[in-house]
Amino acid sequence: MPVAETLRLDGVRKSYAVGTPVESEVLHGIDLVLERGEFAALIGPSGSGKSTLLNVIGLLDQPSAGHVYIEGQDAGSLDDDVLTRLRGRSIGFVFQHHYLLPEFTALENVMMPALAAKGREDEAMRATAAGLLDRVGLTPWLNSKATHISGGQQQRVAIARALAMSPALVLADEPTGNLDTKSADSVFDALRDINEASDTTFLIVTHDPRLAQRCDRIVELVDGRIVSDRPNTNVVRRS
Amino acid sequence: MKRFAFFELIVAFRFMRDGLTQTLLIILGVGLGGGVIIFMSAVLAGLESNVVRRTLNFLAPIVILPPEQVARPLRQAGPAGVAAQVQPRSQQLRSIDQWQKIRDQVERTHGVIAVAPVVSGPGFALRGDASRSVTITGIEPETYFRVISLDQKIVAGRITAGPTDITVGTELAKDLGAEIGDKLRLTTASGANTTFTVTGIYDFGNKGVNARNVYVPLRSAQSLLDLTGGVSSMEVRVSDPFAAERVAESIRASADLQVDSWIRTNAEFFTAMAAQIMTNTLIRVFVGLTVALGIASVLVVSVIQKSREIGILRAMGTSRAQILRVFLIQGGFMGLAGSVLGSILALGFLLLWRSVAKNADGTPMFIIEMEPWLFMTAAIAALLVGLLAAVVPARRAARLDPVVAIRS
Repeated sequence: MPVAETLRLDGVRKSYAVGTPVESEVLHGIDLVLERGEFAALIGPSGSGKSTLLNVIGLLDQPSAGHVYIEGQDAGSLDDDVLTRLRGRSIGFVFQHHYLLPEFTALENVMMPALAAKGREDEAMRATAAGLLDRVGLTPWLNSKATHISGGQQQRVAIARALAMSPALVLADEPTGNLDTKSADSVFDALRDINEASDTTFLIVTHDPRLAQRCDRIVELVDGRIVSDRPNTNVVRRS
Repeated sequence: MKRFAFFELIVAFRFMRDGLTQTLLIILGVGLGGGVIIFMSAVLAGLESNVVRRTLNFLAPIVILPPEQVARPLRQAGPAGVAAQVQPRSQQLRSIDQWQKIRDQVERTHGVIAVAPVVSGPGFALRGDASRSVTITGIEPETYFRVISLDQKIVAGRITAGPTDITVGTELAKDLGAEIGDKLRLTTASGANTTFTVTGIYDFGNKGVNARNVYVPLRSAQSLLDLTGGVSSMEVRVSDPFAAERVAESIRASADLQVDSWIRTNAEFFTAMAAQIMTNTLIRVFVGLTVALGIASVLVVSVIQKSREIGILRAMGTSRAQILRVFLIQGGFMGLAGSVLGSILALGFLLLWRSVAKNADGTPMFIIEMEPWLFMTAAIAALLVGLLAAVVPARRAARLDPVVAIRS
């Protein structure tokens, strides 16, 4: 597999047991490749399997069949510890709800992935986290508790946290779903800016066609199948 | 966040700080439980050592006696065969055969500190019209003091080794109206009698012993009790009084003698003490279990409350082992902090006990040693209890499916 590929899915299927021996297949053989630096939207109606696909790509869930390659590495062949390390190193998550750790400040939340990876804190880690928060415009709120800042700011902290380990791939599950239009635009601008300034690949799940139009590529999932995968020729770069 | 701290420590302490009320409550609970255990252990250890010390004041841990005399019926020819009834033989006062050799042999036994030859037998102490039944004990003072610290119990005069010097207890001195320098006569059942001069008066803190035992030089007792050159028993001091029975067994194995340890001769006392130790142990176990269940329940609740955070941490690359350690640290910390609090509480209770539990004369009822090892043991035990209590919730946290946890 060429190194330029951040993600490759080969025939990924995912089933859930809904009662012995009945199984319900949610993903029906997904094939997908994301090149380094791509900024792609994953759209589709509710229940189409977007979140399940994101969990499988994010190595939070195992596919029932098929292969997931992250930067050329077949995740199916890895044990839990290696998988966890790969996830921490290569994948950043931005959820619909920010899911910051309420016990920690904005800076500490952003430091957390690196802290978990290295085991103990160091100055470089702190500087990197502060730099990321600066990049999303949150320098004044570095030491504010995660619960003491606005929803838009919390989501931007979550973006900074997702970038803490300089991951190859950022998975965002409706990152603006809980925000008003202005905050949503601001958060999306932040994602776009980071993508343009780095070669980080983004896969963004969204229901919002307006935001999907701001992505370079739009992948549409319906009933667990990719029904459309097209480049977006009319990208709206800025809000 | 403390600079350069470890991930697990940081997260564990933040989780505990987030649920500060429940953390403090469980630490208080552990503290109270630990305090009760430490206090009870110190009081019972004090009580035990006090009783042991008082008993061993006047009692040798091991006493070696000649073998019991047994009746040996003669076999007769004919239908009578063996006599139908054999009366037990009366036990005469007699010497241990080759006692010097046996003494040397016992002295070499592992765990033995000193061996004192003694001649001991019944007699009467007479002074004027007063007479009292006594146990005449002939000793070699220097050797005997290494076994029984009689020299430290002298309240008047001193122990001297003159052939007619005698040391009596306070009770006997009172009964006979004797003081230092007074004469009293000892007689035995065989009719032998000697007049002695009271040179010392002792007090073992035991009325019976103070009224009964009189100490004279070994040779004088040998002469009085018609045991010239012999000794009726040997008293042995051992390094660990609680191992006395084990040492006695090894002496028994090497010589055909009666060897009685104080554990055997005070069986009732030891049964009572064993029951007390068992009760104490049971209470400690149940308090420990309560503490463990308290910690476990707090952590189980914490795992439920922190499910989403655990899921987020797992998504960010935190391993199962790290999550496990986060909760083990919490359990261990709660146990340790509780034990520190418990130690402080126990120390307070013990000081209060010391000031309250006193005899009528103001002396302590018994001495409670505040042994550092007791507090150290309690701290280590609490840490282990905390860690063990945290195992189940920690494993549960580590096994959480990040997807399910995040959705929770």
